[in-house]
Amino acid sequence: MKIFVCVKQIPDPNTVESKLDPATKRLVRTGVSLVLDPGDETTIAAAIKLRDSLGNSELTAISMGPASAQEALRRALAMGVDRAILISDSALAGSDVLGTARTLAAALKRENPDLIFCSTESTDGYTGMVPGAIAEFLGLPQLTFAREINVEGTKAVIKRVTQTGYEVVESPLPAVVTIASGSFEAIYPTMKGIMSARKKPFSQLSLSDLGLDPSQVGEAGAREQVLSIGKAEARAAGQIIKDEGNAAEIIADFLQRHQLL
Amino acid sequence: MSMTMKPTESGTAFLLTPVSESADKIFTLEQSDDEQRWIAESAATFVMREVLPKLEAVEHQEPGVMPSLVKKAGEQGLLMIDIPEQYGGAELGLLTSAIVASSIHEASFSVAFGAHTTIGTLPIVFYGTEEQKRKYLPKLATGEWIAAYALTEPGVGSDAMNLSTTARLSEDGKYYLLNGTKQWISNAGFADLMVVFARVDGQRPSAFIVETSWPGISTGAEERKMGIKGSSTRQVYFENTPVPVENLLGELHKGYKIAFNILNIGRLKLGAGAVGGARTALDLAAAYTTERKAFGKYLHEFGMIQKKLARMAAETYAAESEVFRTAANIENARRGAGENTEQVFKAIEEFAIEDSIAKVHGSEVLAYVVDEGVQIFGGYGYMQEYPIEKAYRDARIQRIFEGTNEINRLVAAGTLFRRVLGGKIDLMNRYPAIEARIKSGEALPAPGDEVPAELRTAVHAVERAKDVAIYAGMRVAMRYMQALENEEEFIEYLANLLIDIYASDSALARAIQAIRRGDENSALHSKLAQLATWLAHSRIRLNLDQMIMTYFEPETVSEELARVRAYVGDYLINGVALQRDIAAEVVAKKGYPLPHF
Repeated sequence: MKIFVCVKQIPDPNTVESKLDPATKRLVRTGVSLVLDPGDETTIAAAIKLRDSLGNSELTAISMGPASAQEALRRALAMGVDRAILISDSALAGSDVLGTARTLAAALKRENPDLIFCSTESTDGYTGMVPGAIAEFLGLPQLTFAREINVEGTKAVIKRVTQTGYEVVESPLPAVVTIASGSFEAIYPTMKGIMSARKKPFSQLSLSDLGLDPSQVGEAGAREQVLSIGKAEARAAGQIIKDEGNAAEIIADFLQRHQLL
Repeated sequence: MSMTMKPTESGTAFLLTPVSESADKIFTLEQSDDEQRWIAESAATFVMREVLPKLEAVEHQEPGVMPSLVKKAGEQGLLMIDIPEQYGGAELGLLTSAIVASSIHEASFSVAFGAHTTIGTLPIVFYGTEEQKRKYLPKLATGEWIAAYALTEPGVGSDAMNLSTTARLSEDGKYYLLNGTKQWISNAGFADLMVVFARVDGQRPSAFIVETSWPGISTGAEERKMGIKGSSTRQVYFENTPVPVENLLGELHKGYKIAFNILNIGRLKLGAGAVGGARTALDLAAAYTTERKAFGKYLHEFGMIQKKLARMAAETYAAESEVFRTAANIENARRGAGENTEQVFKAIEEFAIEDSIAKVHGSEVLAYVVDEGVQIFGGYGYMQEYPIEKAYRDARIQRIFEGTNEINRLVAAGTLFRRVLGGKIDLMNRYPAIEARIKSGEALPAPGDEVPAELRTAVHAVERAKDVAIYAGMRVAMRYMQALENEEEFIEYLANLLIDIYASDSALARAIQAIRRGDENSALHSKLAQLATWLAHSRIRLNLDQMIMTYFEPETVSEELARVRAYVGDYLINGVALQRDIAAEVVAKKGYPLPHF
């Protein structure tokens, strides 16, 4: 099977305090340390697990981004992905959800994938819309919030996380699957993985390779516009309950009122 | 990876080169590449996921647990770092393996890992024949075989030339028959291979590769130690053990060179491991100060606690700076030496002073950090339930093994004298100008634009200290000449000066580099380097005072003291304010405030 995983390089959420540029209203991504999205590491772990259980399968990581994004892909290779594709083109700068999905879909289409893994959302932009848009562009079904994925014959079968448990959902292949965060144990590159990553195939594509016109992507093709940005309101002070014998009751009432119990 | 490295410094260059120039040359952790970071991460994660969950079994030396961990590390590739590619290794070199050593943050496993990868494996990597390498290195790279290093004997510790184990050529000339007792051999309980040192015909020691399945080898009981309880430490007995002549390692009667050479690398790696241990201990202590309250305040809100956190961070920063500067220098020199054994000896020997400093300073910084760590935990720090108690016990051996810190002080200062006398470093020619300047009462010009403004005072203080160390050291050496070797206390003073100079020089050069590069943490680098220098400078003055009072001609002491004190001067900063700033960063990061590689 040909399995793909879409990944993204983002400002390191562990060390970088994310800032919005008031002029462009976009996240500041320059001059900060960049890493493979930790959420994508879990998604890669899920994809590796499936590849290994299926056997005779190849896992490719694909990313759209500036040249620096090849570091994120090299990490994916070190984690155990077999092959990497970077789509990089100056015309892609400023792409919105539509442009990003259009670009990734164009690259995926050339590869005839059987299964495409995405994280539910990125850890920087959090739109959560790219996977659905990719599925739309490719005309594929999308399975969401998967905490377990299996392939049975020509079907993908997942356990889909719900508020109370899970649903078993299936779809024909090929399909796009998004992973519920925290459902798979993170893996980390081993020495051997890091060494072998050096020798794995790595290709880079430009817009013309994909047959896309610069007007369809990037700033030029963006349909979505951020009108303004504002600060989140500071969280209101909590309520302190002194235990005078009835604290448990008060807390239980509170939780019930907010439908948390 | 060598691509990222800057030009090599020569050994002892730090003493004669301005900090601002060294800042252009030295390697700092900030220059490490993604691959090195990931390898460090994979080593640290290995310890977290594989070693720490089995800590109880490790500490009680449950049979099979430690060797299975070493083998598992082998499966993941962590044992192949130093081994050439054609023998199944990754050939990443000393810098990467030092980064890994600093990431293995559990002391018992670290000892087992180091005994295997450093002192057990490197003798064969550096000095083995093609046949020996082909036979043994692939097994050591995967962990199929575990290695040990057998030098120390019951009567002989650091004075390796006097060992009494013998190797006698058999009558048919096919074997050496090994006889003797080795002591405190790490990994002895499960090693498959040992590099053993013994004398042939009463000559200087030779080295042998010995497979432990051969006849006539037995081991004693496990030693009951203060710390690193999980590591295997036993006596090893050889009784007419037949070692095939082709298992002689290096030249006959020249194994002692291998012993000393490998110890140099071992010392550097010990320094790297100590830095990692210090970072981990600071993490524990810093996190605790954000959890524990006293008198209604968190511990980190108290000034004396802030002082501790800041000093722990600054001393660790200096040790880290000097260790990785040295590692990259040796790696570059060794790569330059190619396959020529004599050249490899020389390349490693070149940095013997820096290796000894890394060992002494690294282990003493660790001792300081774990001691203050226990103090921060208060009564709980004394309880075995708290990991800082184990860190404290585990740290104590670091000042003893790989050559005691006393031996290493002798090595550092003694090597310096040998090089000066041998004309290998240009001190004799520099001395007259330094002497003239100090005697004239003329101050050393302060650094200019080549040093960032906030570090000029600190750099000036260290440059003055270098001059004075050279001046005082040479004065005493010329006064005592041959009798100097009876004045071990003087050697110690001089070694202390070298240590504090190399540490603060390395810290400042690293901070200058960070500022020049526009590093996002450059303000923190600068503060850590300033505090490290402030602490080092006050020790430098103390050592100089005592040295001059004792070792200068009595009638000159008063005058010289005044002169030297004036020249070395003060490093005037508000140390307390600096400490509070750094402590705030340590608290915010809940630990060592820079990345932990």
